[in-house]
Amino acid sequence: MLNAVDLKKSFDGLGVLRGVSLRVEQGEVVAVIGKSGSGKSTLLRCLNNLERVDGGTIEIGGQTLVKDGVYGPPKEQRKICLKMGYVFQNFNLFPHMNVLRNLTEAQRCVLGRSKEQAESYARQLLKKVGLEDKEAAYPCQLSGGQQQRVAIARALALDPEILCFDEPTSALDPLLTQEVLGVIRALTLEKRTMVVVTHEMNFAREVADRVVFMENGVIVAEGKPEEVFESDKVKAFIGLGD
Amino acid sequence: MELILQQMPIVISSLNVGFLQTLRLFFVTLLGAVPLGLVIAFGSMSKFKPLSIFTRVIVWIVRGSPLMIQLLIIYYFPGLVLHNPIWGGGESGRFLAAAVAFIINYACYFSEIYRGGIQSIPVGQIEAGKVLGMTKSQIFWRVKLVQVIKAIVPPMSNEIITLVKDTSLARIIALQEIIWAGQAFMKGSQGISGAIWPMFFTGVYYLACNGILTLLLGWVEKKLNYYQ
Repeated sequence: MLNAVDLKKSFDGLGVLRGVSLRVEQGEVVAVIGKSGSGKSTLLRCLNNLERVDGGTIEIGGQTLVKDGVYGPPKEQRKICLKMGYVFQNFNLFPHMNVLRNLTEAQRCVLGRSKEQAESYARQLLKKVGLEDKEAAYPCQLSGGQQQRVAIARALALDPEILCFDEPTSALDPLLTQEVLGVIRALTLEKRTMVVVTHEMNFAREVADRVVFMENGVIVAEGKPEEVFESDKVKAFIGLGD
Repeated sequence: MELILQQMPIVISSLNVGFLQTLRLFFVTLLGAVPLGLVIAFGSMSKFKPLSIFTRVIVWIVRGSPLMIQLLIIYYFPGLVLHNPIWGGGESGRFLAAAVAFIINYACYFSEIYRGGIQSIPVGQIEAGKVLGMTKSQIFWRVKLVQVIKAIVPPMSNEIITLVKDTSLARIIALQEIIWAGQAFMKGSQGISGAIWPMFFTGVYYLACNGILTLLLGWVEKKLNYYQ
């Protein structure tokens, strides 16, 4: 489904990704953990074309986004990345649009769906994240947890094949964290392919098929949660970080 | 007092004519400076360094020197120095020169407001559009524009109100706007001379005009407050 090989990325000469390879299979849930600055968010941003890699290859659903550091034309890039959905740490809902419009805007202008089609699908998704009564609200009228659930529904509205989460609960307090994790947990039951960058160790242990532990721009441990969480490095990290 | 009441009808009709010219200059300036400001804003934000530096120098010169001097230079320079009076004579020539000076001056101020507004949009908004597959122009029109407008309405209101009053500077090239019309009664016009009150009375026009504008712009600001 997703295949990234030997990704390299540096900011001002500082290597943030130093040869990272990651494969994600259909229906698999991969949790990426690691300290702040380990490169895990940068990895996710590169996979979603929010950052450009300096070197390496990314294939998404059999199509090549970048080969050995060379990107195709922008139109092609946009098309390939439509297979990816992305949920931000800070939600980034459109503040000037109500909840329904947040969900329909891209469906209409990117996928060309009709207004009726887009709205009925949006309502279906809002129901799924438990916000069917909030379609007319503006983001500023919602709690952080509700905003993040809208953001998840917005990403789902484009039917991505892989859904990516960049620390989806880091901006939330514990109570709101649970409601967002609940929604993500429900998505894992649908056998969705997901990549989740997270600080929530228990959640990673619980929902991930595979855990990837990053440090200093490389993957240092990778495998089933029970294996990875037993490795000394990860134990040390959890002891420090959690 | 009785004298003033006697002079009133003549003065008012004369001030009205002057104020019409004031309004004309005001609207023409807005009409020209609002879009030109956007062009200048994009120029100053350009990634092509020579263009952005050139634009910023122009903006610095225009914002850094008095509008009155700019008016004088634009009106007199072609005729007196280049011996090529491009503006033509009479009131229409003066109006044209004044309009050009005001449009350039206000476009530079507007461009800085636009630039601030555009740069105030969080990068997360652009990224959100991007991960949803929107093109650059879709992101501009659908994601940024309303947010930019909301951000620039309060500073634009300030400039627009200032513009109403700044039109009086066109008096320096003898444009027959309202100050000019009021001043005429000091020198002597239509049988009235040595009257200073018409000059003072012009203030009422500016106040009334800006009162209406304040209400209107406040209403626009309130309309845009449907989200935070």
